Amino acid sequence: MNFANIIRVAFRALARNKMRSALTMLGVIIGVAAVIAMVSIGQGAQASVAEQIASVGTNILFVRAGSQNMGGVRTGSDDSGMRSLNAEDLDAIRRDVPTVAMVSPGVMSRAQIVYGNQNWNTQIQGVGAQFPEIRKWLVQTGSFFTESDERSSARVCVIGQTVADILFPGGDPIGQTIRVRELTFRVVGVMAKRGQDQMGRDQDDVVFAPFSTVQKKLLAITHVQSAYVSAISPEATRTAEEQIADVLRARHKLAPNQDNDFTVRNMTDVAEAADETNRIMTMLLASIASVSLLVGGIGIMNIMLVSVTERTREIGIRMAIGARSSAVRTQFLIESIVLSLTGGIIGIGLGLGVSLLIPRMLGWPTLVSVASVVGSVVFSAAVGIFFGYYPARKAAALDPIDALRYE
Amino acid sequence: MTVETEQIVRSAEERSSDTEHDEGPSLIELDHIHKTYVMGDVNVHALRGVSLKVSPGEFVAIMGASGSGKSTMMNLIGCLDRPSKGRYVLDGVDVSSLSKDARADIRNRKVGFVFQGFNLLSRTSALENVELPMLYANVSSEDRHRIAREALHAVGLAGREANHPNQLSGGQQQRVAIARSLVNNPVLILADEPTGNLDSRTAVEVMDIFQRLNQESGITIVLVTHEHDIAEYAKRVVIFKDGKISKDYPVSVRRNAAEELKNLPVLVDDEDDEE
Repeated sequence: MNFANIIRVAFRALARNKMRSALTMLGVIIGVAAVIAMVSIGQGAQASVAEQIASVGTNILFVRAGSQNMGGVRTGSDDSGMRSLNAEDLDAIRRDVPTVAMVSPGVMSRAQIVYGNQNWNTQIQGVGAQFPEIRKWLVQTGSFFTESDERSSARVCVIGQTVADILFPGGDPIGQTIRVRELTFRVVGVMAKRGQDQMGRDQDDVVFAPFSTVQKKLLAITHVQSAYVSAISPEATRTAEEQIADVLRARHKLAPNQDNDFTVRNMTDVAEAADETNRIMTMLLASIASVSLLVGGIGIMNIMLVSVTERTREIGIRMAIGARSSAVRTQFLIESIVLSLTGGIIGIGLGLGVSLLIPRMLGWPTLVSVASVVGSVVFSAAVGIFFGYYPARKAAALDPIDALRYE
Repeated sequence: MTVETEQIVRSAEERSSDTEHDEGPSLIELDHIHKTYVMGDVNVHALRGVSLKVSPGEFVAIMGASGSGKSTMMNLIGCLDRPSKGRYVLDGVDVSSLSKDARADIRNRKVGFVFQGFNLLSRTSALENVELPMLYANVSSEDRHRIAREALHAVGLAGREANHPNQLSGGQQQRVAIARSLVNNPVLILADEPTGNLDSRTAVEVMDIFQRLNQESGITIVLVTHEHDIAEYAKRVVIFKDGKISKDYPVSVRRNAAEELKNLPVLVDDEDDEE
């Protein structure tokens, strides 16, 4: 019996039991759809992180006072470790590190801000005039404050979209005066909308003011908490990272056996860490979904075993009129492969549909990869072969005399 | 009926021209056949040294009480089983030691089976049922359709090709089974109680088909039955008792199904009442 005929016979046998075939396929359909949808969620998250990193810029370094981990003890904000960075350190970086293009010092505080009868608790960030340029974060209306505002510790500020929406609903914030603690600030600009960061925090819920103003007038401190530094090119970032560390260690007079009392972080590393997290997440989701595919496969085996028993007489007839055992085995194997593969293909359709719906319903980004689709097809065929082999072998091993006598 | 007869004759002529140059003295040659089954701790000696020769063109009825070994005999002749001891030559081929696959091929090409319970595939059209043996013989699909159609026509079921077994009467189902047994031009038709599930008139009709096939096509028929009046349609009767042949005699007064059908009152023909 040639292969085409065996396939035809298998299809007819499945068509004879449409309801059962459909229900059996359902397990694989759900399994494959789940795998594709889950992987698309994971990969969508990865892609959106990659996109954010690209928008932040890969040449950015983040310098922070205090080390991440000092001999196993984390330092609190009152600790001297957190005051290890000052404006002169940053000037030195700007002056002495050739791979550094721009530096924006940073101090940060949370405060209640008031405009008219509105008030809002938000983050006040003191930054340098080059901050928008370093972070590639543009001003939407008005303008950012200037170097001279910075030098004169001017009481001007640029607000984020969220703050603008809350304090000035429907109005124009430019030129208005807001109060932060005892100080008043004139709003000179509104930042472009940035959305959520990787941690889900609203990046637009912020007020930017000149670094010197916040440091001296608002916080009355002399140290710097952090700084954004941009390297002259993405390639120079790693070199800049090392050179900044060298300059700071020299300035802080750290002995070779002492740990850094500051932290320099490369945004690429941050991106890689986030990417790794998402990758693990994707694998986790995919493996959970794979379990349902496995259960679908067991469903196929179950039905095929029932089918072999139920069709014992049919097998006997086929053998009596001249079907070889191999033809019977192939027929049943193909039936299970057709079930799983058809289920797989329908599952792909369903999975793609779900992947398209998720961004609309839940707002999560999804990305369907060719690999997950191809992988699902291959996997569902493998499920059919694996779980179909045992029932098929059982059918082929039947004795025609016993099979014909079976009631 | 006359149209059918002509067709059976025509297909018979085709077939006899195939088989005529097969000049083997016996179609079936069983030589001291033993068959022992192991059932638990007990050895059941189902056949105890049976020797039998059947020439081409014979019509043999095998009879015997249940447990006499006639079913075992039938399975052996049909190559569904192998003898424990002894030699079986079918159509010049020693099939007593063939492998499972080789026996499947012999069954496919040389033996046509007709069973008591019809054994058609359910939810499958008559045409597809008749095509089945050809599917395993690698006959092209056009030939399959054509030959199956012709075979159904020959047994008087033209127009019933698309019917499923549950839409056919018992007699019609058995005729589908006979058509199925014929399509690969077998040298032997093996009928196991073919009339056991049929009423008496339908039984005579089925025997009529067998007699025509035997007389007009020269096809060898081995019929297993426990009914004496059915055995009388054959030319020769072999009676089994306790795993041995106890009697082997030619039928002296042979019944003629065609003649009987003429005299039988045509009762309510249930076949046309179907559907």
